[in-house]
Amino acid sequence: MKIIFSRFAVLFYCYICHFKSENEMNGIKIVVLAKQVPDTRNVGPDAMKADGTVNRSVLPAIFNPEDLNALEQALRIKECYEGVTVTLLTMGPVRAAEIIREGLYRGADDGVLLTDRAFAGSDTLATSYALALAVRRLAPDLVLGGRQAIDGDTAQVGPQVAEKLGWPQVTYAEAMQFEGEKLIIRRRLERGVETIAARLPLVVTVNGTAPACRYRNARLVMKYKYARTDTELQAESSDYIAASRPFIRITEWGVDAIGADPEHLGLSGSPTKVKEIENVILQAKESKHLTSSNADIESLVRELLENHTIG
Amino acid sequence: MNNLFVFCELDEGRPAEVSLELLTRGRSLANTLGCRLEAVVLGSGLEGIENELFPYGADVVHVADDPVLEHYRTMPYTSVITGLFRQEQPQVALMGATSTGRDLGPRVSSAMHSGLTADCTSLEIGDHYVKKTDTTYKNLLYQIRPAFGGNIIATIINPDHRPQMATVREGVMKREIVNRNHRGELKKIDVAAFIRPEDLVVEIIERHMEARKVDIKSAQIIVSGGYGMGSKENFALLYELASVLGGEVAASRAAVDAGYAGHERQVGQTGVTVRPKLYIACGISGQIQHTAGMNQSGKIIAINNDPMAPINSIADYVINGDVADVIPKLIKYYKANAR
Repeated sequence: MKIIFSRFAVLFYCYICHFKSENEMNGIKIVVLAKQVPDTRNVGPDAMKADGTVNRSVLPAIFNPEDLNALEQALRIKECYEGVTVTLLTMGPVRAAEIIREGLYRGADDGVLLTDRAFAGSDTLATSYALALAVRRLAPDLVLGGRQAIDGDTAQVGPQVAEKLGWPQVTYAEAMQFEGEKLIIRRRLERGVETIAARLPLVVTVNGTAPACRYRNARLVMKYKYARTDTELQAESSDYIAASRPFIRITEWGVDAIGADPEHLGLSGSPTKVKEIENVILQAKESKHLTSSNADIESLVRELLENHTIG
Repeated sequence: MNNLFVFCELDEGRPAEVSLELLTRGRSLANTLGCRLEAVVLGSGLEGIENELFPYGADVVHVADDPVLEHYRTMPYTSVITGLFRQEQPQVALMGATSTGRDLGPRVSSAMHSGLTADCTSLEIGDHYVKKTDTTYKNLLYQIRPAFGGNIIATIINPDHRPQMATVREGVMKREIVNRNHRGELKKIDVAAFIRPEDLVVEIIERHMEARKVDIKSAQIIVSGGYGMGSKENFALLYELASVLGGEVAASRAAVDAGYAGHERQVGQTGVTVRPKLYIACGISGQIQHTAGMNQSGKIIAINNDPMAPINSIADYVINGDVADVIPKLIKYYKANAR
């Protein structure tokens, strides 16, 4: 049994894997689809502008939570076999390289930033078109991603990438492990659990109920904190540290690198269009304000009984 | 050709609530569009299923009945649906935003190269004018949904691609029988013509589904608890009040995430939409994600000790106090005054 890290949890997983299967999954390549998103979970008053529109720039940009769950699954598989590589793939503006670094700090082997002005304005179909082309170029055996992103909440990109690759998909995954050549996946559905057996190649989207992603590894942070894309290097005046360490260059691909047809990208490649956006304004009502005194509560109950709301 | 299709999911062999709700809305939209309402059902052992769908106004029910379709799997269902859609060329296709619909919908829309809008809270028919080309698109499906954590409402359209697809969560639309005696046409789908052997590579090994324990959607009185309740134990107060009033207990997302209540009781954008006669919100702050799921209630009472809580502005009665103090008093005075 190969000891890679010194934590007991990792040893435990290695033991489980070796007990269950031979080494068929040695050397497999995993791509994890990830997205940098504004943190929409806690949109406070300072994130809303005076005219009621959302101020995206104020919200911190984070690694989409369910994509971290997916990364954790990839890293667990990597620990069970030899020669498994985990590559992070993200489509976004130049600063999305930040989440690739984040993935490297947690244990991913490398990352690709898919970035180009031509991708701007893409709906899920145009996005999945570009991602599928990038995946084809990376030629993995398994693609993992979070179930959905917290800004769009559509859960569409995973299945659409799978369809474009022509691969089967399994969504709502909570746990997975290999048994021989089959990947056994536990899905968490509305009213229960379903267990699936599938073979590679495969796309799997992972729920928030799956185990949380491990923390950053200090040694990996030291190794990868100067990882940069070419664009980032050009922007920084003289970063000789990054320039002299090619192994920590973050790959950057544009339209030409993936052979994309511009017709299928951006607004022109998006069948869905936004017709209108309205800011949500709560309709204030004439509310009756009461204290918690006995008198107030009793009179409320009497009123509700009288107008037949209760009783 | 050019009709409105609704994919009808099955829940323990019967049409799912959300599918019946979509048929109801679909009937109304089809009337506006002047087209037919067609339902599609996939599964095994489906004799007579069409009789459960005709009363909701379906003009045609397409049935794919085959053992390989017994439980939902992505590939065979996608192959049948896309095969049917290529043949029938619907202008609109609706599905429930369930784990099935959110797995199947994007796969079908990618295969059809059409647009899909997930989790719509409203569907309307309208026109769209494009200034640049001076064109007017008539009778498009407006797919309306919240975005950005619920802080904006977006209207999405698919002007140029077909079918225009949308998924809708359960409880968002109302379900209503159009005519108990309505009969349409049954069309059997030739499953073997659409399914390829490679569609069946994914196997279902096991399923453990629980029967539905609670249905808060049909409750006329709802006593709901939020994060402000503080603990699962404190929810006992809510159960007591609900029992006395003859209502049901619900919870906000924050309370469910904190383990105070089960997901089946969750009200809000990612839970259930409810429209009871009376909604009592206890210790709930009223984030948009929550209020979107209950702001159509007849009367709303908010009990909390935060005068700035957003829920207060949509409540008919705001009681400023501690739930542990107020709820026992409500119970006491109800018992004293009710006949």
